Amino acid sequence: MYNAGKIIIGLLIFAGLVMFPFVYSGGKATAKPDPKVDTPEILKLPENERKCVESKAYMKREHMKLLNEWRDWVVRDGQGTYLNTEGKHFTMSLQNTCMKCHSNKKKFCDECHNYAAVAPYCWDCHIAPKEKES
Amino acid sequence: MSIDRREFLKLAGISTILGMGGASAVHGLRSRVEASQIMPNPEALKAKRWAMVVDMSKFKTAEDYQRCIDACHHAHNVPNVTDNLKHEVKWIWEETYEHAFPGTEDEYLAEEIKELPFLILCNHCDNPPCVRVCPTKATFKRKSDGIVMMDMHRCIGCRFCMAACPYGARSFNYKNPRPFLDPEKENPEFPTRTKGVVEKCTFCYERLAKGQMPACVEASSGALIFGDIEDPNSEVRKVLGSRYSFRRKPELGTRPSVYYIF
Repeated sequence: MYNAGKIIIGLLIFAGLVMFPFVYSGGKATAKPDPKVDTPEILKLPENERKCVESKAYMKREHMKLLNEWRDWVVRDGQGTYLNTEGKHFTMSLQNTCMKCHSNKKKFCDECHNYAAVAPYCWDCHIAPKEKES
Repeated sequence: MSIDRREFLKLAGISTILGMGGASAVHGLRSRVEASQIMPNPEALKAKRWAMVVDMSKFKTAEDYQRCIDACHHAHNVPNVTDNLKHEVKWIWEETYEHAFPGTEDEYLAEEIKELPFLILCNHCDNPPCVRVCPTKATFKRKSDGIVMMDMHRCIGCRFCMAACPYGARSFNYKNPRPFLDPEKENPEFPTRTKGVVEKCTFCYERLAKGQMPACVEASSGALIFGDIEDPNSEVRKVLGSRYSFRRKPELGTRPSVYYIF
């Protein structure tokens, strides 16, 4: 083999770089995100009214698309009220509807977004609810 | 497997037809579901075209102006940038007669008019030049009520609209506006803006949607009159029909929706 020394050193460096994340985290998985929906505002509601605008599964999967559509409907079309699949009405607003119940941005939004390394720019403009340090 | 030319064309034709049919069926279904899901707020105020009349005779003291300005700037979290006047953000402000109505000032104009500060805001033009130049349609005229709106999500901060607006009604966020807001006084119901977007008066679209009059109109105690200019029975039309009114730079053909009376 020509240049065996260089190739072997190169391979070792490559293997080291590839293995680094696994070695660094000690071979353990990072803790799974655990978003909380136990804000005082939600707990105040009677059991059968503790529902989001759509089903939990739908919100988990599609909340970003729903928020995008809400934004366009409100700002561009001037349509401010949302009728969900159960026939209930909601004012379409991140600050005044979503975050009134989910007043725990850190445990509700950031928990998963940090885990998945997505940084939505919502809070550059929208004002996050005031949270007490716990 | 080999495929001859005739075979290939047949297959391609059939799959195109199937594809088009499928797409239109899915699309039709989708838009119908969505259309049934939204509606305007039931309590929203409606108009064909909103307009404002500024009754200058009712602005007597500095306090009268400041009340309107404060109400607006508080309701919309407008930052108070004072360290560099070029970075100032304004939605509604005072301007001298010669700056507000250039070309109409003459030598012998009464001193009190010359020095009278006029209350200036976005004119919500019927033919808005800012909308025409916006490359992303971030600023647009709402078809339903003629409000010239800003969609902050789309604004890329190119500032074409600021160059196009003949009234200087637009402000650019040269820096993050948050540090210039008093966290005690911010309105938690309305967003702030971010660095790199253009902002201006929106005729309080968010208040109209809740059935409320614009913040400045509410605070003006009758000096600002707001209503539907296409409705002959509205208050603005009654005022405009009975008193002499004028607009800023009418020669430009932008057809402003803000009128001034004495």
